[in-house]
This record gives sequence, C-alpha cells and structure tokens, in this order.
Amino acid sequence: MAKPKLATCSLAGCFGCHMSFLDIDERLVELVDLVDLDKSPLDDKKDFDGIVDVGLVEGGCANEHNVHVLRQFRQHCRILVSVGACAINGGVPAMRNLVGLRECLEEAYLKGPTVEAGGLIPNDEDLPLLLDRVYPSHEIVKIDYFLPGCPPSADTIWEGLRALLSGHEPKLPYKLFKYE
Amino acid sequence: MSGETFTFTVDGVEIEAFPGQTIIQACDAAGVYIPRLCYHPDLEPAGHCRVCTCKIDGRRSSACTMPASRGMVVESNTAELNADRRTVIEMLFVEGNHFCPYCEKSGDCELQALAYRLGLAAPELPYQWPHRELDASHPDIFIDRNRCVLCSRCIRASRTEDGKTVFGFERRGIHMRLNIDAKALDETNIAAADKAVHVCPVGCIVIKRTGYRTPYGSRRFDQAPIGSDIEVKRAHHPAKEGR
Repeated sequence: MAKPKLATCSLAGCFGCHMSFLDIDERLVELVDLVDLDKSPLDDKKDFDGIVDVGLVEGGCANEHNVHVLRQFRQHCRILVSVGACAINGGVPAMRNLVGLRECLEEAYLKGPTVEAGGLIPNDEDLPLLLDRVYPSHEIVKIDYFLPGCPPSADTIWEGLRALLSGHEPKLPYKLFKYE
Repeated sequence: MSGETFTFTVDGVEIEAFPGQTIIQACDAAGVYIPRLCYHPDLEPAGHCRVCTCKIDGRRSSACTMPASRGMVVESNTAELNADRRTVIEMLFVEGNHFCPYCEKSGDCELQALAYRLGLAAPELPYQWPHRELDASHPDIFIDRNRCVLCSRCIRASRTEDGKTVFGFERRGIHMRLNIDAKALDETNIAAADKAVHVCPVGCIVIKRTGYRTPYGSRRFDQAPIGSDIEVKRAHHPAKEGR
C-alpha cells in the first residue's frame, strides 16, 4: 500500500511552525517511513498533481495569494489542519486588524519616522493585493482540525500528525495544549 | 461558619455545606471544581460570566450566587454544560482582541486556562476585531481593554476591598466597556497595591514592569489545569460517593 501523502504551506506566518515541525529531530526518519511529502516549502514541490491525505496550514490569509493557496489546499487535501496561532486567529499579522489597512500602509510608507521626502505605497502588479484584514484559515475554507501554539511544539505537531495518520482525532495532553 | 451542616449532591457526589454557603463555596471546600471566571473567593459574587452555570434541581443557575440547600441535586460536569461553558469562553475570545502568544498574562490567564481545561482548540465564531482603548497614563499600572472580559472583579474589589470607586461599567450589551472615574488612569486614586489591580483574571489590568518575569513552564497554569488546586483537596479527603 502506498504511504499517505502530506502537504504543507506557509501563508501569512513566519515559518516558525515549519521550523518547529523540523524540530521533531530524529523522528524525521520515522516520518519518512510514515508519509510521502507532497507540495511543501520543505521539498519545493510547486503544484499538486493529485489528492493528498493531510495538509498542514501555517499562517492566516493576509492577501489574495494566501487565499488562492489555501483554497488549493482545501481542494486537494482530505484532511486540512490549521497549525499555529496565525492560521487559527491571524496571530501577529492580525495586529493590523486593530488599525485598518490604509492607516497601516500610510504609517509604514508615508508617515513613518524613517520616511524621507514623501514615500510611496507599493502598488506593483506583481504584488498580491492585501485583504482588508487578516483572516484565520477557517474563515476562508473548512478546516478539520486545529493544532494550537506559537509555534505548536515539535511534540504537539508530531502527536497531532501521528494521530491523523493512524486515523484518529488529535487529542493533545494538557502540557502540549498551549496557545503560545 | 455556624449552625448545623447539611448535604447536597454534585454529579452524584455528596457535599457537606454550612448554612449561608453558596454552591461554589461548598464545592471548593469539598474539593469539587466548578469552572468559573468572574467569581473570586475574596469578593461578593456577581453572576456575570455564566461559566459556573449548573443544573440545580433541573434548572440552570449560576453556582456562585445560588445558596446551597439541603438535598439539592446539582449537575455540573456534564457534556452539555461543559459545551455551553466552552461556547461562553469562545465568545469572549472573539469579542475581544486576545493575542496569547505575546500577552504577558499568558500562562497565568484564567480565560486561557479555562479554554485549555474545556478543550477549546480554536475559537471558530467570527472574530469581531473591536476597537478597544489602552490607558498607560498611570506610572505603575496600565489598562488594555482589548483583553477585558467584563467580569467586574476590579469594580467589586475597588468598592468593597479598596474603599474606592475607580472602576465601573458604561453602556449595555455588546457595547459595554470598563470605565474609570476620571479621563485617564493617572487622574484616579488607584495604586498598584490595590486589590482591584490584583484580581483581574486576564491581562487587562497589569502592573507595569512585571511582565514575563516567570519563566515558561513555571507559570500558574503551565503544568496542571485550572481548578487542580481545588481538586487536590478531594484527592486527600475523598468525599462520599452518592448512590
């Protein structure tokens, strides 16, 4: 029987959740026996070419490209998991939700103390359009499970992933169930 | 405590109580934990948050305000009531702006600890992202209303323990907010030693220059769930199991 496939992505996050994932250390060897890595920044596979069993989403949706990738993941992943604070509630990027997009851009590019001789808000067509605010993943697509943490510890990700790969719901012990 | 004791049951466990004790007081003394947020043992109960709601003789009521009485049958730790409690906590998370990863109260926060205990992996109700005010005018204390859960502990403590009236509520319903009796906190007579400053269950009223002092792993709720300090009493003096 073929191994289950695993995909991961980092949207509006800091890659800390992926770093934490790699912190499973020698269990990476065990992981290689458990799954085949599909589309992921870890192997740089660019596109899905079929259905994947488990998708891990790091980061919330701050721009239209994030939404595009998240929808691709939902279409191709049987089980989709929000990993970490940003995917779950927007996290640090969602601090801008308390300010407003225009005010935030003006402060960064026009009025900030380091702006000299009139700034310019970037508006290149290659830049993905920013959303009005940062959205948690589950406000864009259906999310099946959540692994909280900032980042979730390596043990949390390992326990969650192992449960899902063996057909169980992730049930985290108290010491692994943290929002930070 | 005076008068003869009597008993009532909580989830089938027989609890001994004194006349005048509320359900939550008798349960705390017996080592049975009922989840609660606005209740504080040193303050008059308010019945605001509804987290401690139990089925008392079949009817829902807050365990922090309901006096215990002989033969009462209380249900608390049931799937239905815990699901309701989880929803109350979930609503508080999305109605405010709670960023646990960089909050100095994290690990010591009763809202977060209740979410852990009740197994809330992620709030899924729509986030409101409300505009809330900060007041850092006072030299020793700041208020971050992003984290306020309107428990009224500070209001009660200021009045009954500190003999002041620093805090109050204004407006109603979803627009309710924590108010102070001056334009800015440094114009009030609040002091860092006041009870009102120390009873906040979340990171709303914070003493400056005290954040992040306790290392990760040693904070109040890092190792064991909220309520464990109450439940340990029962482990040492097991109550009689009813029926």
